[in-house]
Amino acid sequence: MTAASEKESRVSDQFEPRLIGFLCRWCSYNGADLAGTSRMKYPPNLVPIKTNCSGRVDPTHIMKALAEGADGVLIAGCHPGDCHYINGNYRTAGRFPLMHKLLEQLGLEPGRVRLEWVSAAEGDKFARVVTEFTEEIRALGPLGWRTQTDVDPAKPGTAASDRVEEAVPA
Amino acid sequence: MAEEKIGVYICHCGTNIAGTVDVEEVTRWAAEQPNVAIAREYKYMCSDPGQDLIKQDIKENGITRAVVAACSPTMHEPTFRKAAGDGGLNPYLLQMANIREHCSWVTIDHDAATEKAKRILGAQIHRLPLNVPLQPIEVPVNPNVMVVGGGIAGIEAALKLAATGKKVYLVERDPSIGGHMAMFDKTFPTLDCAACILTPKMSAAGKEPNIEMLAYSEVTQVDGYVGNFKVKVKKKARFIDTDKCTGCALCTEACVVRKVPSEFDMGLSKRAAAYIPFPQAVPLRATIDPTRCLTLTGKKCKQPCVAACGPEAIDFEQKDEELELEVGAIIMATGFQLWDPTPETRYSYGKLDNVISSLEFERISNASGPTGGHIVCKNGEAPKSVAILHCVGSRDDNHQEFCSRVCCMYSLKFAHLIKEHLPETEVYECYIDMRTYGKGYEEFYKRLMNESVHFIRGRAAEVSAVALSPEEQGELVVKVEDTLLGITRRLPVDMVILSSGLAPRADAKATSQIFGFGCSSNGFFLERHPKLEPVSTVTDGIFIAGCCQYPKDIPDTVAQAGAAAAGALALVDNATVKVEPTISYIDPEKCSGCHICVGLCPHAAIQYNAEKDAAEVIEAACKGCGVCVAACGSGVPQQRGYLDEQIFAEIEGALVV
Amino acid sequence: MKYLYFPGCSAEATGKAYDISTRAMMEKLGVELVELDDWNCCGATSYFSVRELDSFAIAARNLAIAQEMGDDEVCVICNACYTTLAKTNRYMAEDPRIFEAVNGALGAVGRSYDGKVKVRHIVDILVNDIGLEAVTERVSRRLTGLRVAPYYGCQFSRPMGSFDDVQLPTTMDRLFEAMGADVITDFDAKTDCCGGMMMLTREDAALRLCHELLTAARQYKADVLVAACPLCEMNLEGYQPRVNKTYGTDFNIPVMYFTQLAGLALGADPKQLAMEKQVVSCDPVLAAIPA
Repeated sequence: MTAASEKESRVSDQFEPRLIGFLCRWCSYNGADLAGTSRMKYPPNLVPIKTNCSGRVDPTHIMKALAEGADGVLIAGCHPGDCHYINGNYRTAGRFPLMHKLLEQLGLEPGRVRLEWVSAAEGDKFARVVTEFTEEIRALGPLGWRTQTDVDPAKPGTAASDRVEEAVPA
Repeated sequence: MAEEKIGVYICHCGTNIAGTVDVEEVTRWAAEQPNVAIAREYKYMCSDPGQDLIKQDIKENGITRAVVAACSPTMHEPTFRKAAGDGGLNPYLLQMANIREHCSWVTIDHDAATEKAKRILGAQIHRLPLNVPLQPIEVPVNPNVMVVGGGIAGIEAALKLAATGKKVYLVERDPSIGGHMAMFDKTFPTLDCAACILTPKMSAAGKEPNIEMLAYSEVTQVDGYVGNFKVKVKKKARFIDTDKCTGCALCTEACVVRKVPSEFDMGLSKRAAAYIPFPQAVPLRATIDPTRCLTLTGKKCKQPCVAACGPEAIDFEQKDEELELEVGAIIMATGFQLWDPTPETRYSYGKLDNVISSLEFERISNASGPTGGHIVCKNGEAPKSVAILHCVGSRDDNHQEFCSRVCCMYSLKFAHLIKEHLPETEVYECYIDMRTYGKGYEEFYKRLMNESVHFIRGRAAEVSAVALSPEEQGELVVKVEDTLLGITRRLPVDMVILSSGLAPRADAKATSQIFGFGCSSNGFFLERHPKLEPVSTVTDGIFIAGCCQYPKDIPDTVAQAGAAAAGALALVDNATVKVEPTISYIDPEKCSGCHICVGLCPHAAIQYNAEKDAAEVIEAACKGCGVCVAACGSGVPQQRGYLDEQIFAEIEGALVV
Repeated sequence: MKYLYFPGCSAEATGKAYDISTRAMMEKLGVELVELDDWNCCGATSYFSVRELDSFAIAARNLAIAQEMGDDEVCVICNACYTTLAKTNRYMAEDPRIFEAVNGALGAVGRSYDGKVKVRHIVDILVNDIGLEAVTERVSRRLTGLRVAPYYGCQFSRPMGSFDDVQLPTTMDRLFEAMGADVITDFDAKTDCCGGMMMLTREDAALRLCHELLTAARQYKADVLVAACPLCEMNLEGYQPRVNKTYGTDFNIPVMYFTQLAGLALGADPKQLAMEKQVVSCDPVLAAIPA
């Protein structure tokens, strides 16, 4: 545990879930922004990660999040019919049940990974979803999948940075 | 690659961030993070001195990456990326960490907010070493503009753009432009006759060579992106050759089907199957209603219209025309519909005679309307008393929550018109508040107070026909609590006008989906930013103006139309526009040619190259959704700027704190 | 079919005819009513307005008893009882503090309530559970030609609107249409308040409201007003002479519990329906119905 999370558990006996939220840039990210502009309050447990479309979100991203210590993962996209990329969110909707099945087989409680549609106008929904999700994961307890406590960011010569260099021509 | 040197800039944003997040602590923490060379905090990073900090650190301290922890990237990512570019760093080597909208503004506990800020920032610090320089893609811009909707907003926007030499397609669903304003009698607060101020603009739009008028037409499909929209427009068949038709209207007089409720007159009069919606229509051409015409519905007809038409313009074989137009920008000006008072059952609209809607009253008071401008009840007699009920369907949890802005003014206008036509008639205004906020509006209200109108502060509870006393026999009884007098009153009146609010059009959502932008929670088109970007949408190149964005009066509509025209002009007046380079790339060496991604691409931007036996991205068409990247089982497509490794790094950074 | 039955206090006193006619009607429909053990007054509008939390507690006691008797539904006949009991459920569900406080009070008498008993209005049960078809089948005296004004009163579907429209409910309309009556479906005074318990505290206000209602009934040419609440029925019927005296009117409009009229249609004898307790004579109604 890091010093910060130790402090957290000393300060309150309550387990504080660590949540990752994949937000699509056009709808749910703006919806989260709107929750902010409207000064709605919700628990601080979820860190948003932005992609252009929820259709970019891959099962490996979710697995990575869980392996790195997340207790729950939220994927938020545009409502069906509203996707900025026409039907990217339909891909997400299609992938999600399959991925859920996979995670169940790995022993994961179904409530830990959640898919929601949040539009750019739904700041209140975003706040509500994060609040509910945080409490649900709190009730489920820590997942405890994290395997390493030490993470080296991409240093020169690491596999990650090499892949990045060659992956895409400038 | 050499070790990266990250510059971290933490913005106070006044007290917006610093009031909740311990920015000193976050700065101190950031300085300790891997690859961070410099960590600074500043009150307003977006200001010139703030931006200079970044530029200086690039030039003098050799930072190779930068993260600005501040507001949402939607606000200032372009600002900071430009600053980085000006400082000599590729703009895509700068990221933003949103610790305002996503952190300080939404978290109560300061310690928790500080920890969350560290995580959000940590995600970007971890990601940055994996960012690579990218070049924005410049695409050519089509200089033409499409304006959808031919009401006052659309007409104004079209005229403004045409005056700069741009070509404008003005698409209007009805047979004539003019919109709702053409239906009004007088306009507040000046009491100008609506037709008098509108028709010159309609006429100008009709004659303007730079405006291609596509009346009686609808947009069916929109593809493409900013600067390069491809729009399919269906020009509906009028069954009249518009080149030959002179607008003489003889066909409309000859037509044997005469009992079609007139849409323009709100159903208060009848038109023929062959019709011109109103005499000042632009374009002044007849239209034959295919749902009512005997010939077109397969019945027998002697076709007197054909006999009456000198230029032989009638063509029952005419087909809808499909047009494919290319434009650089689109302005949505599709307007509103009046909120139908039927669901407000307590007001008995549709059940009791002489309970009418505001647009119905506009037509009644209009000299060219169904009653020749005489304000009369259904029985043809002038009302001796009229009650005007405000906020019908508005400011109401059961119907529309929002205030519709114009109804107080138009209700006062109605009171004035009634008093002008019928000085002896008693007029009652039942209101909650008087919202007369505009230029000349309060003065107008004061004027009405001196015209012997009875103002009752109370939202009417019901309109019924139950008479409790002889005076109420045969009358409409308005029950209302007069909150200033503290009593409940019963007003026996001859006519009740329901001032209902402006609602989004029934197909507003479907329209927004065709064009690819969003709606707000009340159903109107969603602007990019409620204060600073009221006429743009989140979709570059698509603008909105007028009541389709939110109810407003004519002065504000015209102002917004001008703003939207300026926004569109700023775009199409340039030869090119820069689009984000966060597009997909497929390495032909690694691709097995399985075709999975080809079918998945929403923009048909992936094609199969048979020679290479691999898929390849059509860069100009790729919008950067990333669906192909997620779908490929072999992990071959990668999205510039959103590589898997970059996303993984963000995840690590968010969780390591 | 069997339902736990909460008669309410009025059913034992001024509203006795409602209780009697309800039981008679349900018998004709083959539905068993099991009276709630040791039930207490629900508090209705009066207590609720004065001591809200206490009112929840005493209302919840009845629902706790229902659970102890092993059922999760209770049939209620009085609008005010219905609203009070249903509101108790709703407030307990929405506010954990109220839930705890109520259970604390119940705990003191060895009871508890989890908030899950469904409060069902008798009209809801008739139209949605028993069903109009089953009702129509058992109608032996069709009410043909009888102009019935269904008077719902203000607490029938407001505020919750759980089984009928908040503004313009129609369940009683449909019930009597199924019985062959000429229902005045556009009787728009049907949810206007009769004054309720104000007839005791502010008689002038309640009489004024009843005057308006009776005027509406007359204007719509109603042969009979049917009510679903003892307070409504008493005010409109029992106080009809007082309305006449105050306003100089000559109303003589029969007002019945809807169960009395329904009972007649289903073949019950007028004596079984406590028809003799009417203040305003119902003879015209009886005359209009086949024997």
